[in-house]
Amino acid sequence: MNLAEVPEGRKVKVLKVAGARDIKQRMLDMGVMPAAEIKVERYAPLCDPIHIKLKGYSLALRVSEGRNVEVEYC
Amino acid sequence: MRKIAIAGNPNSGKTCLFNSLTGGNQRVGNYPGVTVEFVEGFTSINGKKNRVVDLPGTYSLTAYSQEELVAREYIINKSPDVVVNVIDASNLERNLYFTSQLVELNIPMVLAVNMLEIAEKKGITVDLKRLSELTGMKVVRITANRGMGMEELKKACLETIEKHILPKPIAYSHELQNILPRLEEMVSGSAELCGRFPARWVALKLLEDDSHLLEKVWRIEGGEKILKALESSRHELLDHSNEDAVTAVAEARYGFASGLSREVAVMTDVGKQQVSDIIDRIVCNRVLGPLVMCGIVYLLFLFTFGLAEELKWLPDFNGGWLSPTEMCELFFAKLSSLAKMTISVPWLLSMVDEGIISGVGGVMSFVPLIFFMFFFIAVLEDTGYIARVAFIMDRLLRVFGLQGKSVLALIVSGGLGGGGCAVPGVMATRTLRDEKDRILTVIAAPFMNCGAKMPVYAMLIAAFFSSSQGAMMFLLWLLSWAFALFSAWMMRKIVFKGEQTPFVMELPVYHVPTLKGVFLDAWGRTCMYMKKAATIILAMNVILWALMYYPGVDSTRFDAARAAAEGNQEMLVKIDNDEALARLENSFAGRIGRAMTPVTHLAGFDWRENIALIGGMAAKEVVLGTMGTAYAMGSDGAEENLPQLLASQPDWNKLRAFALLVFIMGYAPCAATLVAIKKETGKWRWTIFSAVYSTVLAFVVSVVIYQVGQVFFH
Repeated sequence: MNLAEVPEGRKVKVLKVAGARDIKQRMLDMGVMPAAEIKVERYAPLCDPIHIKLKGYSLALRVSEGRNVEVEYC
Repeated sequence: MRKIAIAGNPNSGKTCLFNSLTGGNQRVGNYPGVTVEFVEGFTSINGKKNRVVDLPGTYSLTAYSQEELVAREYIINKSPDVVVNVIDASNLERNLYFTSQLVELNIPMVLAVNMLEIAEKKGITVDLKRLSELTGMKVVRITANRGMGMEELKKACLETIEKHILPKPIAYSHELQNILPRLEEMVSGSAELCGRFPARWVALKLLEDDSHLLEKVWRIEGGEKILKALESSRHELLDHSNEDAVTAVAEARYGFASGLSREVAVMTDVGKQQVSDIIDRIVCNRVLGPLVMCGIVYLLFLFTFGLAEELKWLPDFNGGWLSPTEMCELFFAKLSSLAKMTISVPWLLSMVDEGIISGVGGVMSFVPLIFFMFFFIAVLEDTGYIARVAFIMDRLLRVFGLQGKSVLALIVSGGLGGGGCAVPGVMATRTLRDEKDRILTVIAAPFMNCGAKMPVYAMLIAAFFSSSQGAMMFLLWLLSWAFALFSAWMMRKIVFKGEQTPFVMELPVYHVPTLKGVFLDAWGRTCMYMKKAATIILAMNVILWALMYYPGVDSTRFDAARAAAEGNQEMLVKIDNDEALARLENSFAGRIGRAMTPVTHLAGFDWRENIALIGGMAAKEVVLGTMGTAYAMGSDGAEENLPQLLASQPDWNKLRAFALLVFIMGYAPCAATLVAIKKETGKWRWTIFSAVYSTVLAFVVSVVIYQVGQVFFH
């Protein structure tokens, strides 16, 4: 399962981050990395980007980027 | 002089700290070669002056963004005496992740822990003494927005400089510790590769695939050996930890950051609903979010125009009241009459009055508007709302190759259907971190219907579409968005082909901005605009004036006519008009206008519109004045106004007017906007591109409208 498939309000754990080098680095820098716990807060009015919460702060990332993040429910 | 650099995450209160340290006494510059902004100021410690530099706020020090490159190159190459790392205590872990990267650079550092009050509200208490013990650095508690802790911070900086206190090196994971020494040894052999950078840092960055450093490896002798060693190290990491090197390094850093934050911070009642979460539930809501956004943007315009133009709240020292814009205009009107009284040489008077005073005055009369626009944008930015606007709008704008934050620039430029100005619009693109996004938005913004195009529209609509004024205005509003979005889409297809930039953006916690911070921000940007008006815009205005004034006409004919018409006021006005027209027709601009007719007649323009459009390059409202002069021929001036005059011309019709309207909407941005474009993109290349691209696009559309229209209507 990837991050873009998680419904609003659910919590997940990151398994793996893939994707192009720069996008991947940016995600890692923002704390989206293996073992991180993420809550999907909501989707934007047009269902993209995704508003997530991790380590106490909020991030917005696009669905296309969320697809690079493999997750599981926790 | 000692150099102090301030580094930290965006939204950590870096700029607040900078303002508190320097007292807002700052100077804005650009880092050489890039458009990343560079703010510098001074602070005194023990009576000695120290230079303070506010580095761009970043989350990391990779080579993927200009800001991060600039920050790390500055720290290494300019070797500041001390780096103050601002830490947002309410986001300890992510802030310490950045700290770990600064520590790798092995420089004297001080930790300034900010926002402890906010952290306490979130149930987080931080043990600063323990933090200092574990990192080996001086740690100071600050409240940047209220200027608290500045003396302590200065003292800590001084001590760190004098004792040359370096942070304790970080021991990363076992796997990395096994690999790093070997790589370190290899790279430290090459002065070319390391330069001033510490070998350990270079080794880590190479493992991370840092493009900037890898390029250097390719160039140096023995580079292949290093590349081979890197390859085997990466394999080793993959075998041991089942992670690729990039992830392993990031994990190691976050391991340090979370370990440290567990050691120094105590968290209670985590998971409590925060005020920010509650606000976000409304502001980012699927249905309410867009409505709230429209409301806030509407208020932005209401306040900006109200305070700058509509409300008369400044005394005119004559018992009356004026708006700031009227005040500016009054000042330049006074200046103009002063010039008329004191200068008797006709060409000099014309240059000073029509070239300089009315040109610069026209630009300066936008200053109040620009100031208030910046003021309210700074408020929105500082509260954290702009990030939410980007969140809501991103999907829609991405269709056209733009991104969420672009919407602000488009709205400020006049995207709400009139009013607005492309100058603050273009300057508002600064919130876009990616250069390509910024350039696309900068090129698209001037298509919007700014306040200066409005009088020209109003005149043409009054002349030819008086029965459907509202509908025409609406159509022009739709067209302006179509132009802007289409131009961005085209550029994404042709110029920035297939390049998508990541959109991973923090949605910062809402907070109340300080009046001082907002004021300093708005004032700084307004000053920059005024400085440009006084220099480049002035020069451009004088050139355009000269084009429209020289080589002039033989005035003896008109003087004779004037003598004959002595006393006949109507005749005198007519003669003045005729002379002005003859001068315009014979001017360089007039000749250029005539020379262009073979091309421009495809869109229905004759030489008179051509001159007006050339004049409009200085400022769009000039189009109106110049057309007034050009069509005043043979009329007796006073009775007939320009709309009636145009409507009575046999060769004018709705189609010609519409093609002209569309062209005025789209063609080259005015001088002031071009200057802003140069400033924001940092390159003349993009400035010229913007002028040429928009003119060609507008011309093609106008020609299509005119030619297709003729087929249908004739």
